[in-house]
Amino acid sequence: MSLLFIAWRNFRYRALSSFLTTLSLTLGVGLVVLVMSVYGIISEAFVRNASVGYNLVVGPKGSTLQLTLNAVYYLSQPIENLPYTEYMEFYPKEKRAEMVRTFGGDPALGERDGVYAGFMTDGYAIPLALGDYFGEFRVVGTTPDFFELLKHGPDADQPFTFEEGRNFEFHNEENSYFECVLGSRVAAQMGMRVGDVMNPTHGDPEGKGHGQGFQIVGVLDPTGTPNDRAAFVNLEGFYLLEGHAKPIPDDAVIVLPESAETAGPDEPLLLTIPEREVTSILVRNGNLMMAPLLQNRIKESVRAEAATPIGEINKLMTMIVGPLMQALLAITLITCVVAAVGVLVAIYNSMNDRKRDIAVMRALGARRGSVTWIILFESLIIALVGGIAGWVLAHLGILAASPLIEARTGVQVGFFSMSTYELYLLPLVIGLSLLAGIVPAASAYRTDVGTNLSA
Amino acid sequence: MLAIENLIKRFDQPGGGELTVLDVPQFDIAEGEQVALIGQSGGGKTTLLHLIAGMLTATSGSIRINNLELTRLSEQGRDRFRAGTIGYVFQTFNLLPAFSALENVKLGMSFGNGSVDAARASDLLDRVGLSDRAHYRPNQLSVGQQQRVAIARALAGRPKLLLADEPTANVDPASADTVLNLIIDSCRDENISLLMVTHSMDVAQRFQRCDKLEDINRAFSPLGAGT
Repeated sequence: MSLLFIAWRNFRYRALSSFLTTLSLTLGVGLVVLVMSVYGIISEAFVRNASVGYNLVVGPKGSTLQLTLNAVYYLSQPIENLPYTEYMEFYPKEKRAEMVRTFGGDPALGERDGVYAGFMTDGYAIPLALGDYFGEFRVVGTTPDFFELLKHGPDADQPFTFEEGRNFEFHNEENSYFECVLGSRVAAQMGMRVGDVMNPTHGDPEGKGHGQGFQIVGVLDPTGTPNDRAAFVNLEGFYLLEGHAKPIPDDAVIVLPESAETAGPDEPLLLTIPEREVTSILVRNGNLMMAPLLQNRIKESVRAEAATPIGEINKLMTMIVGPLMQALLAITLITCVVAAVGVLVAIYNSMNDRKRDIAVMRALGARRGSVTWIILFESLIIALVGGIAGWVLAHLGILAASPLIEARTGVQVGFFSMSTYELYLLPLVIGLSLLAGIVPAASAYRTDVGTNLSA
Repeated sequence: MLAIENLIKRFDQPGGGELTVLDVPQFDIAEGEQVALIGQSGGGKTTLLHLIAGMLTATSGSIRINNLELTRLSEQGRDRFRAGTIGYVFQTFNLLPAFSALENVKLGMSFGNGSVDAARASDLLDRVGLSDRAHYRPNQLSVGQQQRVAIARALAGRPKLLLADEPTANVDPASADTVLNLIIDSCRDENISLLMVTHSMDVAQRFQRCDKLEDINRAFSPLGAGT
């Protein structure tokens, strides 16, 4: 009969005490595993959402973290805007001249290349205009390029697909400039679908309605990115909303486009370039090796700031989220230590009841070392059962929450999704429990046979 | 088989000083011999058994069992010796409550050379008439049945010497007779030397040799100073 079997029998014999001690350890371990998993999920969600094909986010001078949170995650307070001409700096003169002809503005803008155009061969720049809301969700004014050029997924290689409908168009006869696409969560939560009209509010979720609606022409498939939580409208329609035109400076030179003269009385006139602003610009330069150089050039400019989303998120994780999670982890580890102390107290309290049993085993020939190991094995059993049950419990919880986690963050988790830290957890718990078992084991070691058999 | 010479055991007293409980100039048991040691409670009978079993250390003197000087062994050596040589039947049975009757018997073999002879454990339970209670816990057995399990456990390790400490004191008269027969017959069948301490003349009369503790222990006190 092995010492481990004898310990197991003792564990089972004191069923209620063993159950309660093991339960406290189970809950402690479960809590630690959950915190580790949540940390893993948050890290992965942030990192994967920061990688959607572009490598720079450009916005007005200020905090690069706020720029990233605003432009990539649609979080934080709206930032200031950049003049549309800053966006035009990413294009060669032919394209800039075409913009002047289409929207109206200073013809001189089309007579030179944009200052960043040299970096943009085979790349793209996509403008974003933020500031309006649809319910609690951000309205994002952008161009159809957003869904045609950007990708998502862990490797940023999956194109956006539509659960229903299509991408919005720059202009068409049916809906003019007022088409929009909803992220999957926006559509689900607001109960909207293709054919409905989305009415944005100005400035904040409780803000005044613009009075101009956008025809919903598409609903995105879930992507697990912040884009699920946004309503995308045609940038031209966004500009045409009340209060979105920037006042024209007195010294502005504006040559109106030909379309302004030929437009019908009901046809809306597009904003001229001096009236336009963008909140941020998503940039992918053609040669990624040149990205740092481009970033430096932008940073050297008077108005604009450039941030690398991955870098900003890593900084955020390192500086804020990481320490917070470490603090939480420390608290839960203390829970484990408390549970280990519970193991100590439970076994130690039972020692008075079992000194006679130990003395009997010693009378049968058991050595001091053998009875010591029996007590340590009991601690080991509690640690193993509690540790494994805690891990299983936490991962069952994660499994049960996996559809919600995937819908909210895009991170796919399963029963066996685990962080590398978890590999160290069970040995740690076993070590702690064995440490906790040392005191009662020492008491077992010191048990005097004669005294306890005569008692 | 057992040879004791000038054995003295003293205990420290709470108020200082020492109390001599045992002073045995000579005491021997031959191989296969069955001896009853009769004496009043508190006369040092249990202390003598604990010394012979190596559970206590002597203050001075010699205890030789099968030519092995017990007083010169380390604690580990005494543990090993006890597991391989001594069987012990307690007055209060001392079965381990977490284990079944059969497992209690197997425990009697577990601390010796490490091997457990499951067939012998079952056979011993059968011999004490409890094969149908093999998987009962001690608290599911009567006191007489518990003592029979304890006897089987004491015999499990094939001891050379069986020490029995008033094994019939806590069982009813009918069970006492059964318990006594089992111990005497089993020791005879397996050629095990037997030393049984008792305060009962009825029990002592069943033995071929009966010694009085007051005759062998010079420290014997009629007031009962021993343990």
